[in-house]
Amino acid sequence: MDALIEYSPSLLAGAWVTLKVALMSVLLALATGLIGAACKLSGFLPLRLWTMLYTTVMRGVPDLVMMLLVFYGGQLLLNAVIDYFGWDFIEIDPFVAGVLTIGLIFGAYFTETFRGAFLAVSAGQLEAGRAYGMSALQVFRRILFPQMLRFALPGIGNNWLVLLKSTAIVSMIGLSDMTRIADQAGRSTHQPFTFYLAVCVLYLAMTALSSYGLGVLTRRYSAGVRETRV
Amino acid sequence: MEFFDFKVITGSLPEFWRGLWMTVQLTGLALLFGFFVAIPLAVMRLSPNRLVSAPVAAYTYFFRGTPMLVQLLLVYYGASQWEWMRAAWEAGHPLWSLFREPYFCALFAFGLNTCAYTVEILAGSMRNTPHGELEAAKAMGMTRLKALQRIVIPSALRRMIPSYSNEVILMLQGSAIASAVTLVDLTGAARNVYSRHFAPFESFVFVGLIYLALTFALVGLFKLAEHRWLAHLAPRKAEAGRQS
Amino acid sequence: MPGAAQAPMQENNMNHKASVEQVRVEDLHKSYGDHEVLKGVSLTANSGDVISIIGSSGSGKSTWLRCINFLECPTAGRILVGGKEVELVRDRKGELVVKDAHQLQQIRTRLSMVFQHFNLWSHMTVLENVVEAPVHVLGLSKAAARERAERYLERVGVWKFRDAYPAHMSGGQQQRVAIARALAMEPAVLLFDEPTSALDPELVGEVLKVMRSLAEEGRTMMVVTHEMGFAREVSNHVIFVHQGRVEEEGDPKEVLVRPRSERLQQFLSGNLK
Repeated sequence: MDALIEYSPSLLAGAWVTLKVALMSVLLALATGLIGAACKLSGFLPLRLWTMLYTTVMRGVPDLVMMLLVFYGGQLLLNAVIDYFGWDFIEIDPFVAGVLTIGLIFGAYFTETFRGAFLAVSAGQLEAGRAYGMSALQVFRRILFPQMLRFALPGIGNNWLVLLKSTAIVSMIGLSDMTRIADQAGRSTHQPFTFYLAVCVLYLAMTALSSYGLGVLTRRYSAGVRETRV
Repeated sequence: MEFFDFKVITGSLPEFWRGLWMTVQLTGLALLFGFFVAIPLAVMRLSPNRLVSAPVAAYTYFFRGTPMLVQLLLVYYGASQWEWMRAAWEAGHPLWSLFREPYFCALFAFGLNTCAYTVEILAGSMRNTPHGELEAAKAMGMTRLKALQRIVIPSALRRMIPSYSNEVILMLQGSAIASAVTLVDLTGAARNVYSRHFAPFESFVFVGLIYLALTFALVGLFKLAEHRWLAHLAPRKAEAGRQS
Repeated sequence: MPGAAQAPMQENNMNHKASVEQVRVEDLHKSYGDHEVLKGVSLTANSGDVISIIGSSGSGKSTWLRCINFLECPTAGRILVGGKEVELVRDRKGELVVKDAHQLQQIRTRLSMVFQHFNLWSHMTVLENVVEAPVHVLGLSKAAARERAERYLERVGVWKFRDAYPAHMSGGQQQRVAIARALAMEPAVLLFDEPTSALDPELVGEVLKVMRSLAEEGRTMMVVTHEMGFAREVSNHVIFVHQGRVEEEGDPKEVLVRPRSERLQQFLSGNLK
């Protein structure tokens, strides 16, 4: 217990790193997902095929493999570029590599979430918008997008919870997130169980807090939507 | 600069092959364990008696709310924290000594993890059993146990195939963290090849493609399973009901 | 036709099976919280009887039927099945439950129910649905149960669908399978809970035809129904339930043709739904 108290500042700092990775990744993933969904729904076949390839690969390859590829492969590419321009050596940042990988992987999941949500908005409502003289942009901004978001909310929440947990692998490329801090603290105090358990508790706290927040959001944004259980 | 040298891959094929076998073992055995243990636990999860359901709920909450990597590290590195565990190791205790083995620890952590998810998938599917079907079972004189065994569980197992296929694929990909406890699975092999040749593209792209192929194979298998066991929910075919 | 259908059945009643009592319900009460759905109802079904229970929705008629095989638990009253009193004990919710699990199972195998929504087991084929309970409740051998199942599927005219799944059949066909499933238990009494209410109008006839032929065989049946034609022509006793009480009962020829109570007159003229 003393050891835990002693290391709690660094553990909390690690928790903050975890949270930063997760938040940055989810922003990247949301943006990627929106673009991906737009591409998948577009009429342009090469764009659709390209997005399909992207979502298939991202969902079919383990996140760790992807992360190692981005981290080590990225370094190699960076070195080549540096050589070419004759710059000083730049080391690829594990934080950047982590955010990039997790963001792009979950971008694929968000692509599917948003695609489904866009399709769930009934064509009749869009037609009604056009019938009242709204422009295409107005229909998108006033009717399609808000409704889509409402349909996407459960999926977004679910993806976020999975994403949060998958941040733990950034410790394997050397980022000092809470898992890595726990590893170090566990070794130096010979109490690895205590520290890993503390990390579990911190993750549980984060997921519990997220679930609560998501519940509030869902209730707020689903006014007028009747709950159906299938 | 050479970015993709096939000789790196061809030269290390036996190593990748052993890694693949390790990945298949870890994933397969963990899934097997998780599936069969999940069935009684799902029944307990739905028990009206809170003393029975609450421990299972706590178990699934913990394992679904924390990263599998941390669970694995907790089991493998965490075990040595306990004095009695170390004493058992000294004494060569057959059961507790297993916790020194990374292979066993990975199976243990993966198995408990996938079991937790499977419990919730199955329990959700059981909850969605059409009420009338259960009522018919009662009206025909089936006991609660009989109705579970003959109606609720068989029907729920079939209906959960699509969500369970997702869990199986996630388990395959999740097993990539086995190299965190020194196991040389597919990802571990790629890491070794990478550090030997400093060839990240060759090694990680290659295993990435193998994982992709495995995923496709699983998706295909589950499509077959759905065809076989979800026929009763498929939309009516033109010829259905016409055979005599 | 109605007369022709009636004759053999009455003969059956009077001659072959000298009125053996199958089910007797005495002063049955059922409440949900403060709301009393059944306020003391009684009936006796002897072998060969076809009893129709009619009444508007919410009158408690389905609840009554469902209390007889304890899908719902009554709050007070006595039930005798096959002349033997069902031993009841009060549970924590204040409902009467069958004391002995074995007796409950016996009751349920003696009284076989056909539901409004068929409630076929969707993951089993037609044949598997009918074989299931005889094997796993009655303990018949698979071969014997299969032979029995095929016989009853033939009897209700859906034998050719034996390998189909319920979801791939029409409502009328499903309900006939459900009847075969009930028959395969070879029960003393068949309970029908609004068996045609969930069917499209054009499918009602095929189910009623099967039920009518079962009545002609002399089977004991209790039918909760909205089908006045069936009640009048097939049953030998009709009970009109209103607000949890038996408002009027007797020979359908009498009761349905010259109703005495104002409620039944309203109900029959369609004003009381």
